[in-house]
Amino acid sequence: MLSWFAVPSALFIALLLGAVMMLVLGANPVTGYVALVTGAFGGSYALSSTAIQAVPLLLVGVGICIAFRANVFNIGGEGQIAMGGLAGAATALALPDLPSPVLIPLVLLAGAGGGAIWGAIPGVFKAKYNVNEILSTIMLNLVAVQVMNYLLAGPMVDQSPDSVGGLIPETKLLPPNSLLPILVKGTQLHLGVPIAVIVAICVYVLLWRTSFGFQIRSVGLSRSASAYAGMPVKRTITAAMTLSGAMCGLAGAILVFGSISHRMVTDGSLTGFTGSAGFNGIVVALFGGLNPLWTIVSAFFFGGLIVGGSSLQVATGVPSDLVTALSGIVVVLVVSLEYLRRRARAQSIALAGPRAASPPRLAHHDPPLTVKGGGGQ
Amino acid sequence: MNQFFTLDVLTVTVASGIALATPFLLAALGETIGQRSGVINLGVDGIMLLAAFATYYIALQTGNLLLAILAGAGTGTIMGIITALVSVTLKAEQGISGIGIYLFGLGFSALLFQKLVGTPLPIATLPPVGIPLLDEIPVVGGMFFKQSMLVYLAFLLVPVVAFVLNRTTYGLKIKAVGENPAAADSLGVSVARIRWSTVILGCTFAGLAGASLLLYGGIFQVNLTQSEGFIAVALVYFGAWRPVGVMGGSLLYGLVGVVILTWKSLGIIPLSASDLAATAPAVITVLALLFIARRFRQPAALGRPYEREG
Amino acid sequence: MHRHLDRKFSLILPAVLVALVAASCGGSSTPAPASSEPSASAPAAASSAPSPSAPAATTLKVALIAPSAVNDLAFTQSMVEALNSLKTKFNLEIAVSDNQFVVATAANVIRNYASQGYNLVIAHGSQYGSTIQQLAPQFPNVSFAWGTAGSTFNLPNVFAYQANSNEGGYVQGAMAALLSKSKVLGVIGPIAVGDAKLYVDGFCAGAKSVEASISCIPVYTGSFSDVSLMATAAKTFVANKADALTGSAQAVVGAIGVARSSNLPWFGTQWTQVSLAPQNVVSSQIYNWAPTLEQIITEIRGGKLGGAVYTLTLGNGGLQIQFNPDFKLAADVKAKVDTLIKGISDGTIKLP
Repeated sequence: MLSWFAVPSALFIALLLGAVMMLVLGANPVTGYVALVTGAFGGSYALSSTAIQAVPLLLVGVGICIAFRANVFNIGGEGQIAMGGLAGAATALALPDLPSPVLIPLVLLAGAGGGAIWGAIPGVFKAKYNVNEILSTIMLNLVAVQVMNYLLAGPMVDQSPDSVGGLIPETKLLPPNSLLPILVKGTQLHLGVPIAVIVAICVYVLLWRTSFGFQIRSVGLSRSASAYAGMPVKRTITAAMTLSGAMCGLAGAILVFGSISHRMVTDGSLTGFTGSAGFNGIVVALFGGLNPLWTIVSAFFFGGLIVGGSSLQVATGVPSDLVTALSGIVVVLVVSLEYLRRRARAQSIALAGPRAASPPRLAHHDPPLTVKGGGGQ
Repeated sequence: MNQFFTLDVLTVTVASGIALATPFLLAALGETIGQRSGVINLGVDGIMLLAAFATYYIALQTGNLLLAILAGAGTGTIMGIITALVSVTLKAEQGISGIGIYLFGLGFSALLFQKLVGTPLPIATLPPVGIPLLDEIPVVGGMFFKQSMLVYLAFLLVPVVAFVLNRTTYGLKIKAVGENPAAADSLGVSVARIRWSTVILGCTFAGLAGASLLLYGGIFQVNLTQSEGFIAVALVYFGAWRPVGVMGGSLLYGLVGVVILTWKSLGIIPLSASDLAATAPAVITVLALLFIARRFRQPAALGRPYEREG
Repeated sequence: MHRHLDRKFSLILPAVLVALVAASCGGSSTPAPASSEPSASAPAAASSAPSPSAPAATTLKVALIAPSAVNDLAFTQSMVEALNSLKTKFNLEIAVSDNQFVVATAANVIRNYASQGYNLVIAHGSQYGSTIQQLAPQFPNVSFAWGTAGSTFNLPNVFAYQANSNEGGYVQGAMAALLSKSKVLGVIGPIAVGDAKLYVDGFCAGAKSVEASISCIPVYTGSFSDVSLMATAAKTFVANKADALTGSAQAVVGAIGVARSSNLPWFGTQWTQVSLAPQNVVSSQIYNWAPTLEQIITEIRGGKLGGAVYTLTLGNGGLQIQFNPDFKLAADVKAKVDTLIKGISDGTIKLP
């Protein structure tokens, strides 16, 4: 819950702007929005598509929650997703004969491990060498796309005769034991959906019910105060980035093992595999107020926007890029309106304290944090 | 490898490296100014996309490249006003609002392109202009002094920005606001006004970066920048918030990219290693930073909106 | 003041939102476009989808899923134009979803079309193949076509189509070698897979058939869409004395710009690229999918939903070398090229 003011107002303004854009482009906004909403939420198949679309968003979003709570900025989600997908696919292809109950957890863990490594690198670089994580995560995305293309077009490519025979970057057909089982017949709703939700709940518990989570949030609020209190600041930062990467890696593995195509496929770009979940997950986490539980709701909403965007395009001829532009507007409005609301509240409750100057303004709606020195610099 | 060390190949490699580095440099210089005053702008890539489209559209409609460049820069300025309003006045969380601006730019530029232009039509690229006398120097002339106007502009801006930051009152105010806004405020410096100016300036630079990128290839397409704006932000950290360092990073990134391409074209890098070789610019940039990063520290108030206490 | 504003807002906004939702629900009672969304009963439609061979079905519903824009002057446009050219003759109802470069999203779109009673779903990109392989058995009454590829996965309701783009590549490579004085050619691709690699390899084989010692080393930039990188690759070739250029990818427009500014001959593929460099494009290899589509549609009308692979070749007219009339090609070169095209078409010249 970011705010009952900012989110609906932002949505409302964005919807209006979107309607204006559609009108300018010669499309009927009512037709467009009806197509978007029914495409996303109308019926069991649409709902299941939305839920599946939401899974990578949710997991990346949860990973972002961890990183941002530690006040590190992870924009390497795209690369971490790809690495998770590759690690999971490689594991499944190496051990095709294991039974499902063993293989599925194994490939998901492998995916999380692949992402964790790709997240740990910027974590270690930041903690040990003071290399800014924005720089290293951006650069590691660029490395990941080429590693993915190298592996999928070379060592891991499907050369079997009844395939495209190495024409496109894709793995062999994954062993059926490794695929996430479909939960509702006639839809694509697979095991990945409940897994993602459970992981989100676990991360919530981790962040707010364990001492490690307390450590992460405390380091996020003030590194100096945490160090003063005897916490291992560097190790916490590395751990937060690693965990964040693991969440993205898990998202990659679920993308692979829950795919309609039963392979890891790309068109040669990161987006072709991830669908930009590494970026959109940041937006989703923000919408969830950096709280893993609310991120579940927010991921479902944005998943619906993406699924509905295709329907909007078919119904009105307006490219689904409109949805991308609108979600950008929503993000900008939410963070802007949030300030107006905070200021209004600060005026109404005469509680003007130093909180505004405290560093991690990412922390919007914390359950009370009892460490002293939040604003201590 | 011998083929690589011929004058012609070396000359074009360096010259292309400089040209390729230019959009990075412009965007990163703009970001440097903003970050020095304490504002992170992660929306650079989206602003570059919008500016590139504006440049493209005006060039298509009028055929006047100067007007097109101004349109690109102007688009940057307008986005700068929005960014400043959001980041400075409305005190939004900058990392996140920047992602919002990026998504808006990505989606909106794609939408406009598909609806206003549709099919890819080429426009004239910016011609190289030789600098009299200098361009006749053997080798060096071909490497450095036969570039387009925007390339010269970008590299001229490096000493200009350095001078403004280090030798003028305005520059001192920028740095004061970025390091300790409360202290600057108590000395009568308007934190908001300084940050508004740096953000608008920075985004105008990003607009120029979009224009230079567009006029290098001569055509627009959806997601033309391919995350170059994000790389530019990364290069600010590489350059440790110093214009010369940022220039070094941009050149390193551009040159490594061109050297790899050249080696591929000469068969020095085998086809099987083609993909892995393409990671070189990113890998080398990160590794280079491992050796220099520890000595520098970011502006103390970076990313933190300023609110007067009490 | 803000406080009052806020409170008013927070009261008004939900009300407005409710009104908006109500309005849009009201709107939905007006007939919405048939293709706007998968209906609630879509999952069940898999088995109950209208049979495409039913005699009453005079219009054939065709859906196209393509990776780039409908007007990309390349791969996607070639298919869209072919479909549109058959629209009235075969009474087609056409729906297009372009820019579907995210494979997972495309899979969902493909499934939606299949469940909405479309008779033919064309997945225009080899990256969609594995999706078709999994989906086609679930929709036995829907015909799927995909390419470029040579496999129907032994499924009765899948057609496959491919283009022997190496043939046109071979012809144009030979032409480039004949035009080149420096005997260095510049060849640019995205990543070394698929149609791009086929074309590029054909191009170099053709060039080497004319001049065994010619330098023809393809550069793959590692990206389908990085225009500047493609332009830079072209520049490095020019620096290395290359005096004829070609390339395959949507970002190749950057390289064509270099050909234009360096005034060097350019060879295009997939669709006519003359508009990008009117003085420099020598020829383009054009993909004409219309004959293939005609055959597929005729098969479907006849009740056969798949099982065949179609290949565009110079011989069957699916591939055409379109010369740019504004490029003055020497008569002896043109004659040699024509002989080559004829030889490849009738099979007397075998490609490696």
